[in-house]
This record gives sequence, structure tokens and C-alpha cells, in this order.
Amino acid sequence: MTLPLDAVQPKIQETQLDDILGQNILLTTVDRVANWARYSAIWPFTFGLACCAIEMMAVGSPRYDLDRFGAGVFRATPRQADLMIVAGTVTIKMAERVRRLYEQMCEPRYVISMGSCATHGGPYWQYGYHVLKGVDRVIPVDVYVPGCPPRPEALIQGILMLQEKIRKESITKVLFKSHGQLHG
Amino acid sequence: MANFMDRKTIYEKLKQKFGEAICAFKEPQAGAHGDPFIEVAPDKIHSILKFLKEDKELLFDNLLCISGVDYPDRLEVVYHFHSYTHLHKVVIKALLTDKTKPEIDTVSDLWKGANWLEREVYDLFGISFKNHPDLRRILLPDDWEGYPLRKDYKTQDYWHGIKIGM
Repeated sequence: MTLPLDAVQPKIQETQLDDILGQNILLTTVDRVANWARYSAIWPFTFGLACCAIEMMAVGSPRYDLDRFGAGVFRATPRQADLMIVAGTVTIKMAERVRRLYEQMCEPRYVISMGSCATHGGPYWQYGYHVLKGVDRVIPVDVYVPGCPPRPEALIQGILMLQEKIRKESITKVLFKSHGQLHG
Repeated sequence: MANFMDRKTIYEKLKQKFGEAICAFKEPQAGAHGDPFIEVAPDKIHSILKFLKEDKELLFDNLLCISGVDYPDRLEVVYHFHSYTHLHKVVIKALLTDKTKPEIDTVSDLWKGANWLEREVYDLFGISFKNHPDLRRILLPDDWEGYPLRKDYKTQDYWHGIKIGM
């Protein structure tokens, strides 16, 4: 036996419509939704060049638990990642590869320069003929994390700062950035 | 059976065998740290090191290290050897006075490990090892200019469009 539809579900009155919509529909902007999706699920690129990589691994471990911030899934390929953490000394021979790997990442893509070496050459800044004096000479950097190597908490703060930066982005600006100048 | 020889005895044995090609035996000054070493003529280096390796009383089967040194008037190639059988060590230095075209024989046919060690010395000092099977740069890019551990080395400004200096 089937009940008539009206018996199960009473007919919606015009006055109730506002209440139902208010409970089930959120109004927001495209920017906020897109940014929410982006900063909540950052996929870092496994990219250890020196001792900073050990601290980066510690950040991914249970003690510091980067997964709390949705950024704990380290990928081994640039094509699946949107955050490059340059963790360590970038030699000049490696700088070409860093640039190529960055170019293989999908947009929007972000870069954290982790530690003194990646930021400005570290202890090799004056006489190191083989060390790039700052990874920002080959790729654009969003967040610099100082330290030699930085504590895991410092890298976590760097990632939080990056999330803050993504939160303030706008679709229109991202489009402009990707077509604007990236490499000086 | 282990037959430990001190460095002075090794020097005298070499002097007896090679004569003029063994130039000097030098010890560090009193109070200074360092190993006594034997200076040899670079053009005889291959036969001397072959003797060091194959003589029954010496048997230096382990090449520990090959280094280069840049002095104002000369380049030096330094060999550190150790013997697993007799447990003694020796330091051999070859002085290359021609700084514009430094050349010395390879020993990579005697110790296989010398292959990469000599490539490193070539990479950083520009000393070319004659008869080396694969003499090319080992650490720096193939198209790098200059030899970085020379005292008169100047870094190039750009490499593949990447600025190098400060």
C-alpha cells in the first residue's frame, strides 16, 4: 500500500521557504571557496637537498604532525604537488633542476624557501663557488623560513603563513600572476 | 705475517731502489702535527707506486686518498697509502713545478679507486692525469670554467643564465 505523497510530506508553505533555505544553503564568494579548498589541502613536494630535509621529515612525523593542517601528503612527483619546500643547499648544478621541477608543477604553485642555504646561500654565501646564493634567483619564493636548520615548529609556522597568504588570494590575481612576470 | 715498517725505513728502501727519483724525506717540525712524507719525482710516480703496491715487504694494497695542493711556485699531488697486510702507512708527495700545464701519470690501473680520486683532483686543481681512462669533471658541471681550489681562481659571473656571485 502506498500513501499519497501529501500524507508523508506536507505541502511547503510559502512562508516556510526562507527557513528551509537558511538551513541548507550557504552564500559565499568563489574566491573564498577556492581559497578554502587550496589552503586546506596543500600537497608538498618531497624535495630534500640537505640537512633541512631531516627537519622536514620530522615535521611530517607524528610528533609534529603536519597532517593537522592538511599539508602532510608529500608527493614524489612535481605533477601532483602544489607546494615546493626547498629544504637545503641549492648547488648551481642543482639550480637548473630546481627550476625545471618548479616549471613541471601545476598552478597555482607555491614555494617555501627553508633554511639559510636556500634563502641566501647560508654558510657558503661568500666563498661558495658552487652554491646558489638564494633559490629566489631561479624561482619565485612565497615564504622564507630562517634557521640552520629551522626547527620543525618554524617550518609549520611557515606553512601556516603560506595558508594565510593563500586565504587572501583572489582568482583574478592568480590568473594575472600566472601570466605576469615570474622569472626576472 | 705482518711486518710493520716505519716511514724512515720505507724511505730508505725506496731510495735504494730508485735513487735520484726519491727526492727527500721530511718530518713535521717539532710540536707541529702531521705525518712524515716522501717527496718523489713526478715523472717516475707510476713505477714507484707500482713498487709500493707489489713489493712483498711493502704491499700497500689500500689507497686512502689522493689530494691536490696549490702553492705559489708549484702544485702537489699527495698520496696516502695503507697496507692491510703489514698495517703500515706512508705519504707520498709529487711536486709539479709547471703550473701552466701540470701533468702526472695515472695510477688508476694499480688501484681502481684512484679513478674517481684523480678525477676530483682534475676537477678542482686542473692537474691532468696521463693515460687516465675517463678524465672528466666529477663534481662540477662539464662546461664549468676554471679550477676552484686554485688560489688564483675567479668565479665566472653566470652559468646557463644563473647568476653565481654574490
